[in-house]
Amino acid sequence: MGRLSVNLCGIEMDNPIIPASGTFGFGYEFAELYDINCLGTFSFKGTTKDPRFGNPTPRIAECYAGMINAVGLQNPGVDKVITEELPKLKQCFHKPVMANVSGFAIEDYAYTCERLDKEEQVGWLEVNISCPNVHGGGMSFGTSPEAAAEVVKAVKAVTTKPVIVKLSPNVTDIVSIAKACEAAGADGISLINTLLGMRIDLRTKKPVIANKMGGFSGPAIFPVAVRMVYQVAHAVSIPVVGMGGVSTAEDVIELMLAGATAVEVGAANLVNPYVCQGIIRDLPGVMDRYGIADLKDIIGGVS
Amino acid sequence: MKQSIFTVLENVPLTATVYRMRLTGDTTGITTGQFVNILLDGLYLRRPISVYDCTEGVLTLIYKVVGKGTAQMAGMRVGQPLDVLTGLGNGYDRTKAGDHPLLLGGGVGVPPLYMLARQLREQGKTVSVVLGFNTKDEVFCEQEFKDLGCDVTVTTADGSYGVKGFVTDALPAEYSYFYTCGPEPMLRAVYKATATSGQFSFEERMGCGFGACMGCSCKVITGYKRICKDGPVLEKEEILWDA
Repeated sequence: MGRLSVNLCGIEMDNPIIPASGTFGFGYEFAELYDINCLGTFSFKGTTKDPRFGNPTPRIAECYAGMINAVGLQNPGVDKVITEELPKLKQCFHKPVMANVSGFAIEDYAYTCERLDKEEQVGWLEVNISCPNVHGGGMSFGTSPEAAAEVVKAVKAVTTKPVIVKLSPNVTDIVSIAKACEAAGADGISLINTLLGMRIDLRTKKPVIANKMGGFSGPAIFPVAVRMVYQVAHAVSIPVVGMGGVSTAEDVIELMLAGATAVEVGAANLVNPYVCQGIIRDLPGVMDRYGIADLKDIIGGVS
Repeated sequence: MKQSIFTVLENVPLTATVYRMRLTGDTTGITTGQFVNILLDGLYLRRPISVYDCTEGVLTLIYKVVGKGTAQMAGMRVGQPLDVLTGLGNGYDRTKAGDHPLLLGGGVGVPPLYMLARQLREQGKTVSVVLGFNTKDEVFCEQEFKDLGCDVTVTTADGSYGVKGFVTDALPAEYSYFYTCGPEPMLRAVYKATATSGQFSFEERMGCGFGACMGCSCKVITGYKRICKDGPVLEKEEILWDA
């Protein structure tokens, strides 16, 4: 394998670059621009049991070095993802894809993961536990170690593919949640999801976003990502996928030094649709500059 | 969609807050009623701006200064390079125009209709245009539409110029089809006041502008559409107005 390749939960990737869920759709918009097979993989649009329109608009607010989104998991539902989106994706992407799954009850997660687990194109299941638990009073599954572990157990019981749990940073102790997921059988951890944020329009004196609050992403959150990836990677023995404000090849190397085996790129895709292709092109030169022969050698390099 | 570097050829005020910017660059693939998305210094998200006109190698935008992004644009000098995503949105479908199309524009919703008017006139059609503004000082582009040979009526809400009232107060007696762009209250009024089918161009706060983020989705009769990718132009028959 090449000097960029990594192994994520038993699956070889040509490089560690993964466009993050919600910023890459099901790949076609980007496949019009470049051959998306250059990617390590990508995490497709968060999929739920039933179709969802999501939140009212405006759903987007700009911030310094970032943005807030409150899309609300708009997606066609797992049935249509399997019957319509995956066959279309097959035309333009020939690598295992990361299936991003969300839910509002434990049974929803299990149902959706069980369906996607049977799809040959799916390499990994990325389980997003940042959404509100409708049965648990609206608190996110990802904010309690017990609830997070329950989701992981339910999903692992019905799937055979590697399960990567995507954690919310909006918690007091992310390490305890990561450890609970590992103990419950998770094959990997990905972090960080967006930070809860809010903007107010001075002219209307109302929140910019119809849903009032949303997820803050972009370069502004990168230092938080580095810190949390570092903390979690040093506390668990399963692979960690790092993300949060990554925009350059240097950012990728920094997150890998902090402990990431692979790196997701989110908001940057929305501003520069070619950013992932550019990062992959830039990586060898940046590695040379910092004396890195092989990316695999630097994972968790900072003690 | 295409990402390329354009260079500012001209950037002049038309009113106190509306500017015309002409740019030179790769204009291939840009069609009527589309928009471009411009990267600006120090601002994270690109700014979507509708296309006023496009001829080989020259892109013309008319924009209103409403915030930090457009204020920065207003200060740009000739020769300045700009990173632009082009070819965004579905644009207007000219094939449905009939012999006597009607174009209804309100305020900064006027510019997206110009290239359409030019092309419809080049096809030999009789084109009626109603341009609505708040007041005389805000009127722009009246002469440009007249120079195309369109039958132009201007309305102002305060009656300081042209017909007093809104675009819906100046609809011609007969027309074969209509195209419109403007603020949402105007679009709702046009929806009710028009006798034929037509196309509406919508505005929404966007994330990416090319269909990836689902930031600008709206519900339509058949499900949902992304204003940036499946729009900004929607057909009258598919529109579902929010309550």
